This record gives sequence, C-alpha cells and structure tokens, in this order.
Amino acid sequence: MPSFDAIIIGGGTNGLACAARLQKSGRKVLVLESGSAPGGGALGADFAPGYRAPGLAHLVHMLDARVETDMDLARHGLSWAATDLPSTALSATGDHLVMEGAAGERLTGSVSAEERRAWAALRTELMAFADVLAPFKELTPPRLAKGVGNDVWQLGKLGLKTRMMGKDRFREFLRMLLINVHDVLNDELTDPRLKGLLAHDAVLGTWLGPRSPNSLIHLLNRFAGQVAGKRASLAVPAGGMGAVAAAMAASATASGVTIRTGAAVAALIVEGDRTVGVTLASGEDLRAATIISAISPKTTFLKLLGPRHLDTGFVNRIRHMKSRGGAAKLNLALKGRPDFRGADLRSRLVIAPDEHAVELAFNAVKYGEAPDRPVMEILVPSAFEGGHAPDGHHVLSAIVQFAPCGQAVGTDAIRERYRNQTLAVLEQHAPGLADLIVGEELMLPADIEARHGMVGGNWHHGELSVEQMLFLRPVPGIAQYQGPIAGLWLAGAGCHPGGGISGAAGWNAAERIVREVRS
Amino acid sequence: MRAKTAMKPDPRLHFQAPLLETPFHPRTSAANRLNAWVPWGGYSTVLEFEDLAMEHSAIRNAATVYDLCPMVKYRVRGREAAAYLNRLTVRNVAKLQVGSVHYTIWCDDAGKIVDDGTLFRLADDDYRICCQERHLPWLLDSAHGFDVTIEEVTEEIAALSLQGPCSYAVLKAAGFDVETLKPFRIATFPVDGGELMISRTGFTGDLGYELWTSPDRALALWDRLFEAGALYGIRPIGSAALDMARTEAGFIITNLDFIPAHQAVREDRVRSPFDMSLDWMIDWEKGHFNGRRALLAEREKGSEWAFVGLDIEGNVSAEHAIIYHDKKHEVGQITAACWSPTVKRNIALAHVKRPYHAEKSGNLWVEIYAMRELQYVKLMLKARICERPFFKPARRTATPPGLF
Repeated sequence: MPSFDAIIIGGGTNGLACAARLQKSGRKVLVLESGSAPGGGALGADFAPGYRAPGLAHLVHMLDARVETDMDLARHGLSWAATDLPSTALSATGDHLVMEGAAGERLTGSVSAEERRAWAALRTELMAFADVLAPFKELTPPRLAKGVGNDVWQLGKLGLKTRMMGKDRFREFLRMLLINVHDVLNDELTDPRLKGLLAHDAVLGTWLGPRSPNSLIHLLNRFAGQVAGKRASLAVPAGGMGAVAAAMAASATASGVTIRTGAAVAALIVEGDRTVGVTLASGEDLRAATIISAISPKTTFLKLLGPRHLDTGFVNRIRHMKSRGGAAKLNLALKGRPDFRGADLRSRLVIAPDEHAVELAFNAVKYGEAPDRPVMEILVPSAFEGGHAPDGHHVLSAIVQFAPCGQAVGTDAIRERYRNQTLAVLEQHAPGLADLIVGEELMLPADIEARHGMVGGNWHHGELSVEQMLFLRPVPGIAQYQGPIAGLWLAGAGCHPGGGISGAAGWNAAERIVREVRS
Repeated sequence: MRAKTAMKPDPRLHFQAPLLETPFHPRTSAANRLNAWVPWGGYSTVLEFEDLAMEHSAIRNAATVYDLCPMVKYRVRGREAAAYLNRLTVRNVAKLQVGSVHYTIWCDDAGKIVDDGTLFRLADDDYRICCQERHLPWLLDSAHGFDVTIEEVTEEIAALSLQGPCSYAVLKAAGFDVETLKPFRIATFPVDGGELMISRTGFTGDLGYELWTSPDRALALWDRLFEAGALYGIRPIGSAALDMARTEAGFIITNLDFIPAHQAVREDRVRSPFDMSLDWMIDWEKGHFNGRRALLAEREKGSEWAFVGLDIEGNVSAEHAIIYHDKKHEVGQITAACWSPTVKRNIALAHVKRPYHAEKSGNLWVEIYAMRELQYVKLMLKARICERPFFKPARRTATPPGLF
C-alpha cells in the first residue's frame, strides 16, 4: 500500500473537492468512500429496472465556482441539459405562475402589474443582500478572538463593502438577516403562488417553517449560490445528477487522487494525542499525517474518534448540534408523460399553493406525524433528455416536505401515510398520474441517514440554521475546519457554508490545510 | 429512624424546610449553645457550637467531631469507571488502589477548575467522589460513551470527621482498630448489622479520620464516639474552627479560594490548576482528560496567577485584603486568612499575579481595613510568601498513630 499525506473520509462532493485541491498542492491524497461509488448526495441510482433517478439532490444551484472551474468539471464530462431553469408554481386549476431567469427575474402568468412591481423591488433587495453573503461562502469563517489567523484583510474588505451600502440599507439588511420569510412575503407581496413558492424555497432542506425565526436567510443563501457562472440560477446536469459525481471523481482521479470505494472507516487511530490514521471496518489500518473527515461531524466525533479523546463540553456541543431532516425523496417510474395541467415539464415544478400550506406541512412533523398535504419540488429529468427511462416513459424526482424524522417515527404506518398523502397531492395537480406509476422509491429522513450517513437525514450534515452558521458551524471552536485534536480536519457539509451540491466546504477546508500544514 | 426521615423529605413539601437537617441534627442542635447555624449545600450546619478558640484548640490538642453530611457525594460504578474518571479528573486513577483515597481536581474544556474533591476507590469498579459543589449534569454528560453509572448518594451516607491528635485513641476506645491504617487508606468495620467505613482523611492537616455510615446508624455512631472520647476532651466543632485549621493546613475550599468554572460569571475569575498551584497533580502521560489540550497550551505559554501562602506582620487577620507590590500596584488578593493560634503567625492564602509569587515577591504589602469601634483603621503590612502548609505535624502521617 503506497503511503499518503492525507486521508479523506467520505467521497461525497466535499470530500472529492477537498481531495482535488489538496492533491494540487502536491500532497498524495486517499479518499475513502464507504459506498460502491464516490459522489454522495450527487449520485444517481437505478431505483426500478430501466429507470434512473437522482439519489438525493436533483438540481444544481450552489456549485462552488472554484470547484467548477479549478476541477475543470466540463473537461471531465459535466455538461448541462438545461441552465437557467425556470420554476413553475403549480396551481391545482392550471393557473400556473412561472418564474424565469435568475431568482425569478421575469414572471409569466396571470399576475397583476402591481404585484410584478412589488416582486421586482423585493427581488432586487434580496439579491443585493445575497450579494453581501455570497463571498463569505468561499472564506474560512473568522474566529472571534485576537491573533488566531483570521484573514483580516479579506474580512475588512467585505465589512467595508457591506457598510458602503449606506446606513439605511445596512439597517434594512440587519433587519432582514434574521427575519422569518413569512413576514417578509406578507409585507411585500399578495400573490399566493408566488408567496408559496418563495416560502417553500426558503425552508427547503431545513427544519423550519416559513414562520420560524431566521427562515429568510435560507432564501438569501439560495440566491447567493451559483452554477455555470450564473448567480441564483438552477441547472440540470446532462446525464442526470450522477454526472456531477462522475465528473468530480474523474477530475480528482485525473489529478492523482486515489479513491477507494467500499472502504468504510470504523475508527480513527490516535497516538500521542494526534490522529495518525484510520481503521477500516475490514480491520485494515491506513496511516497519514493529515486525516480529513468529510462526513457528519456527529459521526466523526462520537463514533470514529470517540468521547474519550475529547473534552466533555465539546462532546456536549456535538451531541446537541441540531440535525433533523425534514425532506423526503420520492422517485416515481412512470409509463407515460405526466401532465401537470399543461405546466412545462422542462422547468422546476413546485407544489406549495401558498405560504400557509408550507407552514401547515411543517406543523405535523413537530409532533412526529406526517402532514395531510406535503409541499414538494418536482423535477422530471426524462423531460430534458433521454437515458433516464425507457422510451416514452418518464422519471419523476421529488423532494417532499415535511417528513417526520428519527427512528421512532420511521414506522410503516407513517411511511404509508406519507406516501399516500404525497401521491394524493400529486394526483390533484397531475390527474391520472397514479395510473402511470410502474415503480417507486420513497426515502424518509431515516432512510437517507441509513443510506448516506447524514445524521437525522439532514442533507447539510447538521441543520443550516443561524445558530449553526458561519463561525458557529458545526459548533464553536472548530468552525475553521481544524478539529480539536492535532492531525484531524473537517471538510464536510457540516462545516461552513453547509451542504447542497457545492464542494465549497471541502474546498475551503483544503485551502486552510494548505495554509496551515506543511506537506 | 427519625434521621432517615430528615434525609428523605417529601420533595413536594420543600417549602416547609428551606434547609434540611442532617442525620446528626438531634445531637448537633442539642450541643449548639450559640444557636449559630449556617447553610451548607442545602443543610443547616453549625458555625460555632460554644467557643471558637476552644473548638480550634481541640482540633490541635484533643479530638473533635465535625458533621460532614452536606458534602456532596457521587458514586461511580461500572466496567469503565476508571477510564471515565481518568478522562474526568487530572490525576491518574489507575494508580489509585482499591481501599485508597486521593485528592483530585477536574477541569472544563478550557482547563479551568470545575471543583476539587476526594476520590475513594471502594472496589475494582466502584468509586466515590466527595466534593463541595453539585455536578451531576457535568458528570452525566462526561459519561457519554463510557460504560458507567453515576448517582448522587449524598443523602444515603452520614459522615463525621473525627480530627485531632487524640482521634486514634478515641477510635481505639470505641472499639475500632485502625492502628495499621495509613493516610489516604480505607478500612471497614461491622456495626450493628451494617458497616462503618473509616478513611484516614481529613481537612485539618492533623491526625484524623472520616467515618462513613448509613443515616439510620448516625446517632449511634455519634454517641459511641462521644462516650469513648469523653476522657480525651472530645467536642463537636463548627465550620469556623475548621476554617482556621484548614487555613493552617493550606487547604482550599471551592467558592472561597477559587470560583468554580461552571459558576463564574466574570470570565477572568476562573482558575486553572497552574493558577491554583495544583498542577503537580496532573498526569500528562495517562491519555486524554478534560482540559488537557488547553492546559498543555497554558504550560507552554505560562499562567497568570499563582496560589501562595503568606506570612503577614502583626496579628490582624487579613481576610479578603488586596496585595500590593511596593505599596503601589495591585498584584493579588487574599482568599483565606487568620491569626493562627497553632503557629502563632498571621497567615493567609492568596492569589498572586506571576511573577510576584517568586522572582518579584520581595516587596509585597497587604492592605487591611480593620474595623475598630465603627472606624476603619487602615494598615499596610509587610507580607512574605512562605511554604504551605503552615502547620504540618509529624503525627499527621505517623503509622501506627500516636496514642496521645
């Protein structure tokens, strides 16, 4: 076995991004992936014979620009079946509202001129605030202490830029930063479809309802993302989401990274208060001076490293880190083309009739129950290109919220009810859909945890909420990617700036490691 | 059985008794001629029974009994109890033999002291922690990932401290043979159907023992000691006399000599083992323990404070006085002080900024405001750093102990 400078645990998007960046710095990097293929949340999978669907994520809108460019994903096979994807707020009566361009630059549908003006004004403001947040995604979060290696120059520049927006705008920025999305929408807008879609987007992948405090920041975070050089834009990878995983893995491999699949890490090896290697589930020991965990922080510290190598207060913070997943993944194999009352299937379809529907869907899961009427984001990958399903057949991929999380609520009865309620909502918006179903797969948060190791089924490896953001992510003290024990680093979605098909956390971690550790 | 009832009141009726009575209350209240009570850990305890000078004198010249029941006690049991305690505390628990006791401290993540106490190893996987403050949440949180059970047993144990040069003689007269019992060792004796545990430990820096039994046997134990000790001048002592004795012995008390990390409100009030000059206890080689990484960094960087003994001119007690260098710059404060009747010196325990504890300790002064008939008399007295303990008699550790 050749020796490596760094071992990365977890071959998801962040693990691969981190590996590629580190390998470029001249280090020899080994990526250990427990599954049969690298890619994590970006993987695709055959869920029924002949039908292929995105395993978790089905859209790209957060891809880190450095990852996209420096890993040269285009050269390694990534192309887009569609960029600048419109979003359709589905109406049960066919009166759809379509948002086109970046963050809904143009509205199509029956919308009053007044509402269009109101949305244009709100959108401009949200985009401006998102602009303030965007550069932080590519930075190591600062530490609130003196002489701890903060990038003072960079932070100063960003701070100054923020202040340059003027006193009134800055005050408005601070007001909006921690507000809930429901209040903002109702202050500014009236169209229920528009409010429903924005409320839905704000809480997608979170454990928040639109009325929960701080829910607007997720919308800002979303608008701060980019793909294919365009801010606040959505893209569908050609060949399905799995193509992103494949391109990242190919790029990493081409740069010299070694990827081992089927290599589950059972424990970290600690010698002299330093992590010096990993023990695989097979019993094999692998050693390297730098160990990087791109998997969940909870798993990393509580299982792989173990509390006895950590301080009690730190273990408490990790144990109490919130990690509830409310998003379920539904894949349907359809023997015909679904018809959402004329909606363009080459768009992102959102069923969230209004902001209250989103809040009501969240209510149920607070009590471990399935909602009567879940809200969802739908993509029909087979509408963009062939290869996802047999000719004339289709694949429907939906992220359905809110699903009860935790083992206790993963019972068959709840699963059955969640499935039935979801299909009922779908049937209402696409009559006849039920008769087209020839195969299906529903993953509740507990299933996502079991398959992908995301604790609680939360796709950010820990909720991306204000109290767990920036220098508080994953927990205070290790927000700069450096673990509490020498030799151990974090690079997963549990770190700043969180998950999504992005690679930003992995890339940031690698940048920091390159700066701090001599190879 | 009255004592048992006193220890386990109906929790719903807590408002009727803001302070609990210890199992020895029938005896301590009868002997408390000054009716001087102070709260301690939720219990009424005696500050002074009759005469402070007589009580202190008995500690150094006869035998004394002190009611220890309010001391907080935790039982730690299980396969990984030793590993758990090694991670919790700074000393090496693997070196603590069954039937032994050691003094120890435990720290938070930042390496600041949470509390100090004694750790008893009762059996292979059975330990008892005795300390001043309550820590059950911290102890339980620390147990995550360890195969241990932790319970608070404060109310299940009645404890007395028997201290003084005649304490061995009293025990012998009472029928307990502790002749071969060395300091920090434990012996057990059967008593009317139950068990009495005797440890050669104490808080006076003198020859002494601590006796541990169940609450229902508390009064019988008290009576047995006082019957046996009558001719040795045995007497109960309150916290005031003990406080003088412990100052002479150089022992510290949580919340009097340092603020525990979990209670400090002001961030500069917490203290590390180095600050309290307790770093000698740290076993750096035993593996990880709470605060180890922070303490290693502090060892590299140096500490801000040192904890020292002071000898101050004159005979006016300097409690809570400020310490100055060259009569001008504040360099510390006194946490415990008394004029010691035993060593006939004006002694104190103090926090002193480094390096005024050593290299620059030559010009230290203590500012005392002595209240004299409704007016403060301000004194600036010369202070000299000196060895702790101030009083360390050979009889404290002699085995077999002297039959005075």
